[in-house]
Amino acid sequence: MAATDAHDPGGTERPSVSLIYNPALRRVLYQVVTLAIIIWAVYFAATNVIQNLARANMTAGFGFLNSRAGFDVAQALISYTPDDTFFRALQVGLVNTLVVSFWGIITATIVGLLVGIGRLSNNWLIARLCTAYVELFRNLPPLLVIFFWYLGVLALLPTARELFQTIKDNPDKIFFLSNRGFYMPAPIFGEGFSLVVYALIAGIVAAICFAIYGNRRQLATGQRPPVLLVNLALIILPPVLTFVALGMPLSFDYAIPGNFNMRGGMSVGPEFIALYLALSLYTASFIAEIVRGGIRGVSRGQTEAAFALGLRSSHAMRLVVLPQAMRIIIPPLTSQYLNLIKNSSLAVAVGYADLVAVGGTILNQSGRSIEIIAIWMLIYVSISLTTSLFMNWFNAKMALVER
Amino acid sequence: MTDQTSSFVRHDFIAPAAPPTNDATAFGWMRRNLFATPVDATLTIIAALAILWYLPPAINWLFISAVWTGADRSVCTTVVAGGIQPEGWSGACWAYVGDRFVQFMFGSYPRDQLWRPLTVLVIAVALLIPLLMPKVPRKGLNAILLLVVMPIIAFFLLLGGSFGLRYVETSLWGGLMVTLILSFVGIVISFPFGILLALGRRSQMPIMKTVCVAFIELIRGVPLITVLFMASVLLPLFLTPGNNIDKFLRALIGVSIFASAYMAEVIRGGLQAIPKGQYEAADALGLNYFHKMTFIILPQAIKLVIPGIVNTFIGMFKDTSLVTIISMYDLLGIVKASFNDPTWGTPVTPLTGLVFAGFVFWIFCFGMSRYSLFIERRLDTGHKR
Repeated sequence: MAATDAHDPGGTERPSVSLIYNPALRRVLYQVVTLAIIIWAVYFAATNVIQNLARANMTAGFGFLNSRAGFDVAQALISYTPDDTFFRALQVGLVNTLVVSFWGIITATIVGLLVGIGRLSNNWLIARLCTAYVELFRNLPPLLVIFFWYLGVLALLPTARELFQTIKDNPDKIFFLSNRGFYMPAPIFGEGFSLVVYALIAGIVAAICFAIYGNRRQLATGQRPPVLLVNLALIILPPVLTFVALGMPLSFDYAIPGNFNMRGGMSVGPEFIALYLALSLYTASFIAEIVRGGIRGVSRGQTEAAFALGLRSSHAMRLVVLPQAMRIIIPPLTSQYLNLIKNSSLAVAVGYADLVAVGGTILNQSGRSIEIIAIWMLIYVSISLTTSLFMNWFNAKMALVER
Repeated sequence: MTDQTSSFVRHDFIAPAAPPTNDATAFGWMRRNLFATPVDATLTIIAALAILWYLPPAINWLFISAVWTGADRSVCTTVVAGGIQPEGWSGACWAYVGDRFVQFMFGSYPRDQLWRPLTVLVIAVALLIPLLMPKVPRKGLNAILLLVVMPIIAFFLLLGGSFGLRYVETSLWGGLMVTLILSFVGIVISFPFGILLALGRRSQMPIMKTVCVAFIELIRGVPLITVLFMASVLLPLFLTPGNNIDKFLRALIGVSIFASAYMAEVIRGGLQAIPKGQYEAADALGLNYFHKMTFIILPQAIKLVIPGIVNTFIGMFKDTSLVTIISMYDLLGIVKASFNDPTWGTPVTPLTGLVFAGFVFWIFCFGMSRYSLFIERRLDTGHKR
C-alpha cells in the first residue's frame, strides 16, 4: 500500500479495473473496518460492565476515593492515619513507589557502571567476578531475588528479643539490624539549622561556578587550577563553620528497646531493604551489560589515540571513552530505568506499601477494580513517559554535535 | 647557505637489547593479569580475600552440612527445635526438595496421570531440538508441528475430558509445568500478534497506526502485574454476565497481551533494519502488500531479530513467576507455598527452596541466552556495515 500515493489517480485512469483495487479506497476501507471492530468491542465490554456492576449492586466512578480508608500503612513517608481517605492512601503508595525507584536507580547505575567497567578490566580475577555477577543476576526472576532477600536472608537476622540481649551487652551501639528492619538514630534539627542547609547550597553553587571557571581557564591557558581541593573546601567549610557558629543545633533521637520492638529513631523496614536490594542488584546486571556494550562500541583507536597523547588509563576512560560510550548507553539505559520502576510493583509480593500494594488493598476492600486498575495504568504510564522525556532530553544533550 | 656537516651521524652500532624474559610462566601470567599496577594488586587482594571469606561457608552450607535424605523436618532442625542436628547447625535441606520434587514440577496434577505432562514434554523436546539446530532441514514443517500441532495435542492431553482421558482442572496444574506452559503459549500467541502490531505501527494508515501505537505504548508503560490484575479481575467484568472464564486462561491472556507488545517492538526493530531498497524492489516487481511482507520483508526482518526474540522469551520465562501474586502456582509460587507446610517447616527451608527454584530458572535462562549468542554469531552475516 505504500507503493501508490493517495492522490495517484491510478484507479480513475483505467476504468476497466474494479474499484476494489483502488489503494486509496482500500486504505479507507481497512481503517473503517478496524475502527468498527474496536467500537464494537468497547461497546460490548461497556454494556457487559454495566450489567455486571448492576448485578453486584455497584456503580462506577471515582467518588469512592473520598471515603475513609480504614487500613493502616506500615511505612508512610507522608502523614497518614487509617482515618484518611483512599486518595491519601494512594498518595502514600505513590510516594513509596517513587522512593524505592529513586534509590534503586541510583544504586543500580553505580553498581552497573562499576561492574560493566570491571568486566572489561585487564585484571583477570576482577573480570571473572564481574562476569559471574552479571550471569547470575541476569538469569534469575526479580521476584525470586526479592523473596531470596526477604524470606531467605533478612528473616534469618536476629529477632527483636535477641537484639535486646545484644543491646544489653554493648550499650554503645547506635545502628541495629534485626528481622524487623534497620534502625538508626533520627536527627532532631534545632533552631537555626536551616542556615546550615542554606550555607551548603551556597557552597555547592560556588563550587559549580568554580568548576566552570576552572574548565574555561584550562581551555584558555592549559593551566588547571586545583578544582578538586577548592571545591571540597567550598562544599564542606561553609556548612561546618555555620554549624559550629550556631552552637551545633542538632541532636539525635536514638532507637531504644521498647516493649516488643525497637522504639524511637529512624527505621527502614525489611520489605524496603529486600525490594531495594533486589531491584538494584537485578537491574545493575543489565546496566553492566549495557555499559560494557557501550564501551566496546567505542573504537579501539580512540583509546590508543588517548594513550598516544599521554593520558593515563583512568583519564582516557573518563575523558575520551565514556563520553562517547554514553551516546550508545543512554537509550537502553532509559528502558532499564523504566523496567526498574515497573518492577518496583513487585513490592506487593513482600508487602511493601507501594502503589500496587495499596491499590490492591483498596481493591479488596471496596471492590472498585476498574477504577483502581485505571489509576495504576494512568500513573505508571505517566511515570514512564516523564522518565522517557527526561532521558530523551539528556540523550539529546549528550549526542554527538556534528558539523 | 650554512654547512650541514655538523649534524650527528652515528657510526657504530648500539649494544643489542637484552632478549625478552620468558614471561610465559605462571608468575609472568600473574604479574600481567593480576598485579600489573598497584591498584590492580589491591583490587586482586581484596577480591581474593572476599572469595576466601564467602565461598567456603557457601559451599559448606550448600553441600557439606546439607541434609540429603530424610522424611520430615526433624532431619533439618536442631535438637532444641525438636530435630536431630547439633546446636548451631545450618545447612541446605535437600531432603525437603527431594520430597517435594514431583510437586515442584507438576503441582497437584494427579499422580497417576503424570504420564500425560511427561508425554507432552517428550513431544515438545523432540520437536524443539531439531528446530534449534540450524543444519537440520525442513524448518517450516518442524515449526508448524511445534507451534500449531503440539499445542493442540498438549491441550487435549493435559486438560483431558475427551478421548477417554480423565478431566484435570487447571487449578490442579502447578510447578515448572505451569511456568513452561505460560511462557510457551505467551510467546507462540505473541508472535503473530506482535507481527501485526509492528506492521500496523509502521503503516501509513492513521487510524491503524494510532491504535497500534497506543496499545504498544500503554502495555509497555505499565508493569506486568497490572496487566495480570486486569486479566484476572477485569476480564470477567468485560464478558457477558454469568460467564466463568478459567483462571489459568485469564493468566494466559494477560501474559499473551503483555508479550505481544514487547514482541511488536522487537519485530519493528527488524523491519527498520531492512534497507529501503528491499521494499522498493518488491514494489517494482509488482507484489502486493501481503506478498511483499510475507516473501520479502518479514523473512529477512525476523531472521535479523531472532536474538531479540530469544531475549523476549527469556524475559517472559522470568516474568511468568509474577502469576504467584495473583495466587497461581508456577514454580516459584509452589516453592513459596511449600514454606508454610508444617511437615518441612524449618528455618533453612525458605533459603533451600529458593536456591532450588533459582537454580532451575537460572539453568533455563542461561541456556537460552547461550543459544541466543550462538545464533547471533551464526546469523551475523548480512546487513553488516
